Amino acid sequence: MAELWTGYMLPTVIIVAQIIAIVVPLLFSVAYLTYAERKVLAGMQLRKGPNVVGPFGLLQPMADGIKLLFKETVIPSGANKVVFIAAPVVTFLLGLIGWAVIPFDDGMVLADINVGILYLFAVSSLGVYGVIMAGWASNSKYAFLGALRSAAQMVSYEISIGFVIVTVLLCVGSLNLTEIVRAQKDLWFAVPLLPMFVVFFVSGLAETNRTPFDLPEAEAELVAGFNVEYSSMPFALFYLGEYANMILMSAMTTILFLGGWLPPIDVAPFNWIPGPIWFAAKIAMVLFVFLWVRATFPRYRYDQLMRLGWKVFLPLSLFWVFLTAGVLVATGWVPK
Amino acid sequence: MEALLLEYLPILIFLGIATALALLIVAAAFIAARQRPDSEKLSAYECGFDAFDDARGMFDVRFYLVAILFIIFDLEVAFLFPWAVTLGEIGLVGFWSMIVFLAVLTVGFIYEWKKGALEWE
Repeated sequence: MAELWTGYMLPTVIIVAQIIAIVVPLLFSVAYLTYAERKVLAGMQLRKGPNVVGPFGLLQPMADGIKLLFKETVIPSGANKVVFIAAPVVTFLLGLIGWAVIPFDDGMVLADINVGILYLFAVSSLGVYGVIMAGWASNSKYAFLGALRSAAQMVSYEISIGFVIVTVLLCVGSLNLTEIVRAQKDLWFAVPLLPMFVVFFVSGLAETNRTPFDLPEAEAELVAGFNVEYSSMPFALFYLGEYANMILMSAMTTILFLGGWLPPIDVAPFNWIPGPIWFAAKIAMVLFVFLWVRATFPRYRYDQLMRLGWKVFLPLSLFWVFLTAGVLVATGWVPK
Repeated sequence: MEALLLEYLPILIFLGIATALALLIVAAAFIAARQRPDSEKLSAYECGFDAFDDARGMFDVRFYLVAILFIIFDLEVAFLFPWAVTLGEIGLVGFWSMIVFLAVLTVGFIYEWKKGALEWE
């Protein structure tokens, strides 16, 4: 009995506790990211933003959540009910499970698997299923068109993301996320791979359906795209999943290009601050740029969006794979 | 082997917890809110009109084309992953064989571009 406890139960309890320690702050961040988005947009447009519910409007996300909870869940009569409910569930859980492999500090990671970046790439690729399922199951023209557009957009930009990840891997020689961050001890990859950093960030915007690539929403023509038939908590799950994905994409940017938990310079006042704080600060900075972009750029036309993805980013990132590999081999800097 | 699989156990548990949480949230809305469906409310939204025909009709073939191109390039990326990690060990032979492979795919990409497969409108 004692062996059962120490051998199986205790490790499981520890894992569950760790998962809760990740999920609770994550959901809290998602809630306050929606608040931050509204506040930042308001500030940039010289408005006040939410300021009524609680001090400085800080309880606004809670109020929004409670409001959605008490709304009726409408399931259209023409919909495939199981797929219709499964779609937001899939979106939400894919937004969460990517965090299982994120290193918050050296060694501070739930599952330190040796193919971490491949896992993240796979999870972010699966995101397209939630959208397709929602659009198809709704049996509504707007939802269907929105889902088609969104799916084509997400897969187009995924290829450039793949090539960008390959250029980083060439410089690291490992798929493990902890190793990728350690390789940036002296120089963040954002410096030598600057064009790839930009391509990755912009593709990240497209991958998470953010402005200026929020064509699936396109409220003027598609009235909200794939989630037009959703209400109540299934609708909220889409939003939670989308914002969790945004934070995950920022975390990926931080790990691949901005040195993860490492301080900018390894000298006295900077390396006193613990790693997770640096990590969170860098994610927050990337997220701020996400919001800043939304306040600044108008929406792309669909043909412009596809041209940017297939005719600019794809050739550019493919060329950088050639270039990085060539430079590394020619100079003998290839990591062994 | 077992140690390798054990590394994935937290991910499996995470998946379970995330699914349970999502289903719990959906169920909470069903319990908390009053459900009063009627046929108008449950019809597909089409700006106040009755739906003209089924939503799952024809769609632009270019979406299909994009999906096919995506499969080709995504496979290419999948081939690049192990190559990128082991570049230090496979030496010049490994490097040049991948360059030839990429060159062939680049020729295909140029063909597709010239054929207008990447054009919208």
